[in-house]
Amino acid sequence: MTENIVELQAISKSYATRRGLFGRRVPVRAVDEVSLSLAKGQTLALVGESGSGKSTTGRVALGLERADTGCVLFRGTELPAADTRAWRRMRAQMQMIYQDPLAALDRRLTVLDQVREPLDIHEIGSASERNDKALAMLGAVGLNASHAGSLPSELSGGQRQRAVLARALIMRPELLICDEPVSALDVSIQAQVVNLLMDLQKEMHLSILFISHDLKVVRQISQRMAVMYLGRIVECGDTKDLLANPAHPYTKALVSAVPVAGGRTRERIILTGEPPNPAARPTGCAFHPRCPVARPQCASVSPAVTTLSNGRSVACHAVEIAPTFMGAEA
Amino acid sequence: MTVQHPIPAAPASKIPATLSPGRLLTIENLTVGFNGVRVLRGIDLTLARGEALGVVGESGSGKSVTWLAALGLLPKTAEVSGSVRLDEDELLGLHASRLNRVRGGRVAMIFQDPSSALNPVIRIGRQIGEVLARHQGMSGASVRAEAKRLFDLVGLPDSARRIDAYPHELSGGQNQRVMIAMALAGKPDVLIADEPTTALDATIQAQILDLLTTIRKETGMALVLISHDLGVVSETCERIMVMYAGGIVETAPSNLIFETPRHPYTQGLLAAVPPFEGAVERLVPIEGQVPHPANMPTGCAFAPRCSRHMSECEKIVPPLKSIAAGRASACLAEEGAQAERHSSPIKSMSA
Ligand SMILES: Nc1ncnc2c1ncn2[C@@H]1O[C@H](COP(=O)(O)OP(=O)(O)OP(=O)(O)O)[C@@H](O)[C@H]1O
Ligand SMILES: Nc1ncnc2c1ncn2[C@@H]1O[C@H](COP(=O)(O)OP(=O)(O)OP(=O)(O)O)[C@@H](O)[C@H]1O
Ligand code: SF4
Ligand SMILES: [Mg+2]
Ligand SMILES: [Mg+2]
Repeated sequence: MTENIVELQAISKSYATRRGLFGRRVPVRAVDEVSLSLAKGQTLALVGESGSGKSTTGRVALGLERADTGCVLFRGTELPAADTRAWRRMRAQMQMIYQDPLAALDRRLTVLDQVREPLDIHEIGSASERNDKALAMLGAVGLNASHAGSLPSELSGGQRQRAVLARALIMRPELLICDEPVSALDVSIQAQVVNLLMDLQKEMHLSILFISHDLKVVRQISQRMAVMYLGRIVECGDTKDLLANPAHPYTKALVSAVPVAGGRTRERIILTGEPPNPAARPTGCAFHPRCPVARPQCASVSPAVTTLSNGRSVACHAVEIAPTFMGAEA
Repeated sequence: MTVQHPIPAAPASKIPATLSPGRLLTIENLTVGFNGVRVLRGIDLTLARGEALGVVGESGSGKSVTWLAALGLLPKTAEVSGSVRLDEDELLGLHASRLNRVRGGRVAMIFQDPSSALNPVIRIGRQIGEVLARHQGMSGASVRAEAKRLFDLVGLPDSARRIDAYPHELSGGQNQRVMIAMALAGKPDVLIADEPTTALDATIQAQILDLLTTIRKETGMALVLISHDLGVVSETCERIMVMYAGGIVETAPSNLIFETPRHPYTQGLLAAVPPFEGAVERLVPIEGQVPHPANMPTGCAFAPRCSRHMSECEKIVPPLKSIAAGRASACLAEEGAQAERHSSPIKSMSA
């Protein structure tokens, strides 16, 4: 059995939101009993509806936020509480890259200073060695010496994201959680960064949780993927197989909507109905108000997760009753 | 909404605006420099009413700077020259108070960085309310009702409650939809959308792009869609403009550019896209690096990375030239191929 670097066991996380200053507090269940595991040296992609809880799941996996219930195991042991010494020690081995590079960078420091900063803090090597290391890492992500002296505001969006990536990788972490890391990059740089991440993964045995909306990139970079909808995992399995033969009706719509340059080959499934509201979760299957194949039972009974013969897990009544159809197609 | 503006081979300024009644926005020889370094090297383009123009290109090529300059949103230290006209009115150098009326009103922009567009300490309902008050003259309860309507339009779930949320209480994609709603609030004639859907899943992305197309068809709003996702621009725009190192290198109708990209940079860009079908192979980025604006090559900016480059490429800056109806490319090799095709039409295009 391969070792898991991270395991999420039935984690849930709610936020309280209120209407107006004195309004009633309403809980929003951002993540609802999510279980996931990431094998060492592998990439697990997390995709799904915007607002379905992917970033929250990532933050919980890092211990940046505590789950209300459920637990997070890092290399088999429970993650220590945030801001304790034990957690800080572990944190050095886990890095996160965010969606918005400008928010992740210190606007007053040059790119080189920011990338070198973790080495400075941990006093690794001499000052000139640290500089060389930081410059080499910047080179690896496609930034040159003249970018190194720039402030974040002087760089383009893609250049900023590469600076963020260089800083995350400089400490050679074991686990990298990427939240939309390449969506600000042009396709050529994206190709470089994807290749780079895959090379570093091999070389450093890096494990990656890759949160993304770009299913083309997900297909390229990940071995396994999980699809979220309104706080829950609705489908999980081998990436190529899942994208070629999506089983859950939401995944089918998602895959069909991927824009392809120069005309699409599959017909787009257009979802109708309101986007889901986490503060008023639909009964039964949360997807039923928009589901093209919903049946009466879907409005009242929440579908359990079924594991199909090819290792795919799906939570859908329509799939439950025909558990063999996937195997037949695959 | 036909493609009616191939970039003219002659300077655009020689064509009086009155000849093209559909022309809404005209940019002529727009240049931008920072600390004496040119990052935008003379952009010419026109935008017709109701048109959808897709802008793609290397990161750092000036896609955002073009429109930030046009709207007077660059820092004061930026050196901007050229002309940007909305109908007959020159926007460059316009007084700040008048420019403020145009921005968010007749011309709206959805910014690439959410953190620079949304104020973190103000509730989103108030932020959109300010736009509605300023550009639509609304007040009181109608502001709240219109804000809710716009949030519903962009598919923000639970909009009645979310009006009172702060940006940090929303997911990345929810904030992105708030920005889209804010841009639509001023009922713009031109919407400049800089990577508007990168934080959205494919189903919502498709819904938003459909929404923008519907508004465009109904109101004649022109759309400039800047995106790294070639699939997104391919499906939404009629005309595509490809930028490299501060200049336009190719422009063509959307369907043609993906079938037969002509500029070597465009070809490289298309080859780098991960396929959604077939075998997974190592991706093929374009060799080399984008030149830094401070050490731009003397000739074609793409020459050091170009597989078709010839000795002239290092000396002459290739002008953007018409190569077919509605198509233009800035490439010396293409020009040669073009001449050859003319002299002996039977000869295969071996370039
Ligand atoms: N601090 C917070 N306070 C209140 N609600 C929050 C907070 N953070 C997240 N939420 C809510 O929790 C839900 C999940 O948010 P999350 O950011 O995890 O989604 P996501 O899947 O990452 O979405 P996206 O793809 O748009 O980035 C959303 O409905 C969001 O509004
Ligand atoms: N405020 C600034 N000061 C100095 N240089 C700047 C400033 N803003 C942009 N630049 C430079 O101008 C060039 C063009 O930047 P721009 O943001 O337009 O790129 P872009 O094409 O939008 O790239 P991306 O796809 O990464 O967003 C880049 O080289 C960038 O470093
Ligand atoms: S459980 Fe029912 S509503 Fe939910 S996805 Fe399956 S068929 Fe559709
Ligand atoms: Mg997110
Ligand atoms: Mg940009």
